[in-house]
Amino acid sequence: MFRTQEMEINMGPQHPSTHGVLRLKLRLDGERVVDSWPVIGYLHRGIEKLSESKEFIKITPFTDRMDYVCAMSGNLAYLGAVEKLCGIKVPEKAAYIRVIMVELNRIASHLLWLGTHALDIGAMSIFLYGFREREMILDLFEAYCGARLTYNAFRISGVPADLPPGWKEECTGFLKLFRQRHREYEQILTANRIWLKRTKDVGYMDAEHCLALSVTGPVLRAAGVARDLRKDEPYAIYDQLDFDIPVDDGCDTYARYIVRMAEMLQSVHMVEQCLEKMPSEGPLMGMKGRRMKPRKDEEIYFAIEGPRGEQGVYLISDGTDRPYRCKFRNSSFANLQALAPMVQGGLVADVVAIIGTLDIVLGDSDR
Amino acid sequence: METQMFITILISVVQISIVLSLVALSVPLLILMERKVIGFMQSRIGPKRVGPSGMLQTIADGLKLLLKEDIIPDRADKWVFRLAPMIVLVPAFVAFAVVPFSGTGLNVFGQRITPWVTDLNIGILFIIAISSVGVFGIILGGWASNSKYPLLGALRSAAQMVSYEVPLGLALVGGLMWAGTASMVGIVEAQREAHLWFFIPQVVGTVIYFMAGVAETNRAPFDLAEAETELVSGFHTEYSGMRFGLYFIAEYANMLIVAAVATTMFFGGWLRPFPNVSWLAFLDIFNFILPGQWGPFMSGLMWVIIKVSCFIFLYYWIRATFPRYRYDQLMSIGWKWLLPLALANIMGTGALLLWLGQTG
Repeated sequence: MFRTQEMEINMGPQHPSTHGVLRLKLRLDGERVVDSWPVIGYLHRGIEKLSESKEFIKITPFTDRMDYVCAMSGNLAYLGAVEKLCGIKVPEKAAYIRVIMVELNRIASHLLWLGTHALDIGAMSIFLYGFREREMILDLFEAYCGARLTYNAFRISGVPADLPPGWKEECTGFLKLFRQRHREYEQILTANRIWLKRTKDVGYMDAEHCLALSVTGPVLRAAGVARDLRKDEPYAIYDQLDFDIPVDDGCDTYARYIVRMAEMLQSVHMVEQCLEKMPSEGPLMGMKGRRMKPRKDEEIYFAIEGPRGEQGVYLISDGTDRPYRCKFRNSSFANLQALAPMVQGGLVADVVAIIGTLDIVLGDSDR
Repeated sequence: METQMFITILISVVQISIVLSLVALSVPLLILMERKVIGFMQSRIGPKRVGPSGMLQTIADGLKLLLKEDIIPDRADKWVFRLAPMIVLVPAFVAFAVVPFSGTGLNVFGQRITPWVTDLNIGILFIIAISSVGVFGIILGGWASNSKYPLLGALRSAAQMVSYEVPLGLALVGGLMWAGTASMVGIVEAQREAHLWFFIPQVVGTVIYFMAGVAETNRAPFDLAEAETELVSGFHTEYSGMRFGLYFIAEYANMLIVAAVATTMFFGGWLRPFPNVSWLAFLDIFNFILPGQWGPFMSGLMWVIIKVSCFIFLYYWIRATFPRYRYDQLMSIGWKWLLPLALANIMGTGALLLWLGQTG
C-alpha cells in the first residue's frame, strides 16, 4: 500500500550555499544523497575564445574575472606564462611586490572560504569576523592599485607602481593584528564540538582518489600529499622565502579546515619576510615598449599555486602579438570533479559542508 | 447576579486582550533585540535607519509584510496552506493563558484582577499540550506547499519536535516533584516556601529543559527545519507576505513561552533572588517607588521580564556562536543523551526527596 520513492531535487543555481551559480542535481532517499550531478556553465563567458582575438596585455583583465576571489593569483599565473613565452625577466623588486600581493590575496581568499564555509554549517558570526579582516586586506589593495576585487595590478614584465608611502607600515600593522584574530577564529571553531561533528569524516577523499581526479591545493594537502608549486617548482622569489607546507592526513573536511587555517599563518609569515627583504630601490618594469614578439609555434605551460590549487595557463603562439590558443587550467573546475564522489551517501547537510570545503568559485570553473 | 457574571467575563476579556497585545507587541521588540544583540556580537551595528537608532525597524518590516502580495502556489493544497500558519500561531498565544506575569493582583473598582488569565491546576501540562499542537502547523504547511524543500523541512521538524517534546516534558517532572503542584502560580509559591529557586536542586533538569526548548522552537543550533543554508528556508519557503509573518511571530511567541516556563519553573517566577533573605528586599525597587498595590505588582512584573529577557538573550547568544547540528546528530542527542539524562534526573530527584523527607 505504501511505497517510498527517491526524490530528485535541484540545489541551485539559485541556492544560498552553492557559492555562486553551481547547480547540483541530487537524488535523495529521505535525507541521504543517493546520486548527484553537478551542472556548471551558468557563468560561462567564453574567456578562452575571447583571448584569441586580444593582444597579450589585454587578456590580463579577463584573468581578474575568472577567479574573482583571488584575482592577484590569476594575474600572476597569466603574466608568468606570457613572460615565460616571451622570455622576459622580471626585476627583483617587482617580483617581491607581486608575491606580497598574491600572498595577501591568499589570506583574503581563505578568509572568504572560512566565512562562507562556517556560515553554511551554521556558525554565522565567524562570517562577519572573516569579512572584517578581509576588508582590511581589500583596503590595502585599494591603496596599491585602486581596485578592490578585479585588480589588474601587474603588468607584463613587472608592476606599474611602487608601494605607496606608508603602505608597508600599514601592512605590518595588519599582519600583527591578523595573528591575533586568527587565534580568535581558532577559539571559535577548532575545538568546537558541533564543528567537529559536522566536519570530521565528512567529504572523505584519500590521496589516491584526489590524484586520480587531479584535485590540487589544500584538498590534496589535507589528504597527506605535500604538493605545493611554491616549493616544488618555485616561481617568482619563493625560493628565497622560508615557509612550511601545512599537511594533514585526515582526508576529511576538518583536515582541510586545519590545512587552510595553517596556510593563512604561513602567508602572513611570507609577507613579513617579503616586506623585510624587498630591495628599496630598483626598476619595476623589465622591458620598455608594449609589443610582444613571441617566437612562432611555441607552446608553454606555466602554473602557480593559487589559494584553491594549481592555477595554470597554457599558451600557444603563432608569432603575432595575440595568442593562438590560451587555455586556463583552473583549480575550481578540477576540484569540482571531487564533489560527486564526496557527497555520495552523505546527508543534505553534508552537501553544503562539502561544497564549502572544496572552496569552489564558479567564475573560475566556468570561465 | 447577572451583573456579577458580566463583570467576571469583562475582566477576563480585559485580561486576555492585555496579555495578547503584550505578547504581540513584544515580538517586534524581540526581533529588534535579536538583530541588535547579534549585530553587536558580530561587530556590526544592526538596524539603525528607521526611527531613533532603528527602533521602528521591525514595525516597518511588519508593515511591509502586510502589504506584500499573498502568493499561494498553484499546486498547493490551498485550504491547508492557508490554515497552517494559524495552527502554528494560535497555540503559541493560547499557552500564555496560564503564565503568571506577577505575584500580586490589582484591585480596580472593587474587583480583583489577577496578573494571569487563569490559574489552572494543570498549568504546566496545559502549556506542553497546547504548544505541541504547533508542530501540526509546520508539518501541514510544509506538506501543503507541494514543493520539495518545504517538504524536507517539514519532515525534519516533525521528527525533531516530536523527539524533543519527550525530554522537554521529562525535564519539567523533576521540578514538579519539588513543587508538588502543576499550577504555574503554585510552583512559584512552592519556591517561596522552600526558600529556593528550583534550578539549584534541578540544574540538570534546567539544562535539559533549555536545550530541548531551543530544539522545540526550531532555533539555532537546532534550526534544522528552516536551515537557510541547506533548505533555503525550510517549511516556509513557499510562504510570503503576512502568512510568513505569522510563522515568524509564532516562533518568537514560542521562544517567549519556553523562557516564561523556565522562569516560572526553575527561576522563581516573580520572586526576587533569595526571597527569604530580608536585607535583599531593596531589590524590589518598585515597592518603594510606587504606592500601595502597584508596588508589589510592578516589582513582580519587573523580575519576570528580567528573567525572561535573560533567557531570550541566551537564545541569541547561542545563535551567534554555534554551528548547526546535523539531522542525525540531533536525533542521537535527543534520544541517546537528553532522554536518559532526564529519566536519571527524575530518579535522582525522587531519591533525594525521599531522603529529605525521612531526615527532615
